[in-house]
Amino acid sequence: MMNDPIVEIRNIKKSYQRGSYVIPVLQDINLDIKNGEFMALMGPSGSGKSTLLNLIAGIDKADSGTIRIEDTEITTMSETELALWRASHVGFIFQFYNLIPVLTAYENVELPLHVTSLPRRAWRTHVEMALRIVNLTHRADHYPNQLSGGEQQRVAIARALVTDPTILVADEPTGDLDRTSAEEILDLLERLNAESKMTIIMVTHDPRAAGKAHIISHLDKGILYNADTQAAP
Amino acid sequence: MAIPFSYSFRNLWTRRLTTILTASGMALVVFVFAAVLMFADGFQKTLVDTGSYDNVIVSRKGSGAEMQSYVLYSDASLIESYPEIAVGVNGTKLLTKESVVLINLLKKDSKKSSNIIIRGITENSLALRPQLTIVAGRMARPGTNEVIVGNGIANQFQNCEINNVLHFAVRDWVVVGIFDAGNTGFSSEIWGDVHQVMPAFRRMVYSSLTFRLQDAGTFVALKARIESDPRLTLEAKREVKYYQEQSEDMAKFVRILGMTITIIFSLGAIIGAMITMYAAVANRTNEIGTLRAIGFRRRNILAAFLMESLLLGFVGGCIGLIFASFMQNLTVSTFMSFQSFSTLAFKFQLSAKIVLESLIFSSLMGLVGGFLPAIRASRMNIVDALRAI
Ligand SMILES: Nc1ncnc2c1ncn2[C@@H]1O[C@H](COP(=O)(O)OP(=O)(O)OP(=O)(O)O)[C@@H](O)[C@H]1O
Ligand SMILES: [Mg+2]
Repeated sequence: MMNDPIVEIRNIKKSYQRGSYVIPVLQDINLDIKNGEFMALMGPSGSGKSTLLNLIAGIDKADSGTIRIEDTEITTMSETELALWRASHVGFIFQFYNLIPVLTAYENVELPLHVTSLPRRAWRTHVEMALRIVNLTHRADHYPNQLSGGEQQRVAIARALVTDPTILVADEPTGDLDRTSAEEILDLLERLNAESKMTIIMVTHDPRAAGKAHIISHLDKGILYNADTQAAP
Repeated sequence: MAIPFSYSFRNLWTRRLTTILTASGMALVVFVFAAVLMFADGFQKTLVDTGSYDNVIVSRKGSGAEMQSYVLYSDASLIESYPEIAVGVNGTKLLTKESVVLINLLKKDSKKSSNIIIRGITENSLALRPQLTIVAGRMARPGTNEVIVGNGIANQFQNCEINNVLHFAVRDWVVVGIFDAGNTGFSSEIWGDVHQVMPAFRRMVYSSLTFRLQDAGTFVALKARIESDPRLTLEAKREVKYYQEQSEDMAKFVRILGMTITIIFSLGAIIGAMITMYAAVANRTNEIGTLRAIGFRRRNILAAFLMESLLLGFVGGCIGLIFASFMQNLTVSTFMSFQSFSTLAFKFQLSAKIVLESLIFSSLMGLVGGFLPAIRASRMNIVDALRAI
């Protein structure tokens, strides 16, 4: 079970139409990601990293090919089914944290629970647990603008964790942070992967960040190059 | 399943200046809306309160206003003989035969003139209107040229104070008292002995009869009797209903005019709300993308933004009502009906119904203004929205 691929990508093609001509972004991508993997996706700007991540996370549609996650084929789902599926299976971490400014840290973390079927009385324990993992229990009542970038990103990670998702997707999670905060975030992701066996797919430009991952895949001009396996942890 | 209410509420609070400014535009419209309704209600209530439930008023069939009605002496005597009519303390039937005429009086301040009702009364007129009291001076004596003036007009018109002499119908009339008839149409009238008023105006007919029933339950039968009597071309109505009908045309006119103006104004306020909400949607594009990624659906986004604009309208409604409430009990005078153009003094009335209607109206304005922006928000593509910074 542990070594079954949790993400199975087959022959994915994706292009964007800009005016009269078509820009191919992803060309025939095949990729397996094992359960409990920590994968980094690298590549030059415009190579299609975010596009691939968005397809895996189910917020974008491929032109052709299939993506299966935990034996569910998400490429054929309707928009409504996808929304429900994302709510319970995907944790999102963004470069600019994307917290809701009018909600407190606690409420931001609680937000995804509104979409899940978890009974309301169980919400508090989930939110508190997530905040404890990122070590921000004491800042629960603070609004995003009262938190530092690193703290905001930790709240965002708590928000991604609160539904206990199947995969965590992170698009340049340290891209907006200073070195110390970036280090903290990466350590946190590493710990989540090591201790909770969380599957993490992270897009990054930063070789130091990629160094924390077990596997680094490279995208260049829409072609995925074989994953290099790092020294096993 | 839905985006929490506090999300919509706090977004309005976060941009309170814009919220207040936009809401103020709506408040203005709600103010006009509420004021018009308060005007119409106050007007109507004043006329309705003029009547009493167990009083019956008999007038010419289809005459509409009392001014156009006439009742012959012989008909009046016939009706006076009906046994259903109550007997007053003085041993006579509690019935009054009255005559109303219009005169033109000059206002004190503007020197403009306005129509005032002169009511020729009998001894029972006061007994039939228990809401009426003499507040200064005394009652006019029968058989004299003395008159009493309603406090709704006494201080607005020239020569209407005690011991002043009014000149009309080629005679002099001495004001001997001021009466208060509460919030009713009578407060805007001048009363004198019917046997003086009628000859002075060369009137040979009464305008109406008013009487009290011994038993209010006999009204239906009595009405049928009067209206089916081939000798009479009269109709009988409960006084309350009679005055309510008097008020309907004018109140309807005010409401329709007011509503037309409000609807035109509301377009401006709706566009204001729309601009605000479009700006809000544009500012929060990235946030919308995030909410969608997390799993909220298009309809949740739609609902959250509609809720926000509805709330915006509601705030506008509250502000508008606060201003409208300052007009509560403000007394104004206007002409009473298109038949007589006689003056009627009344108060603006803010009722729970108007409050509710105003809030619904303003919330609707918000909802309509927020509709297109909310649609835009809900139509966004997730990836495009997330790319927007
Ligand atoms: N909505 C769109 N319309 C047109 N072209 C798009 C759209 N989204 C992405 N692209 C194009 O697709 C290509 C890949 O974009 P993508 O965002 O996946 O790159 P990336 O590898 O994440 O780059 P970066 O490292 O700069 O984030 C780019 O050339 C981009 O311009
Ligand atoms: Mg990118």
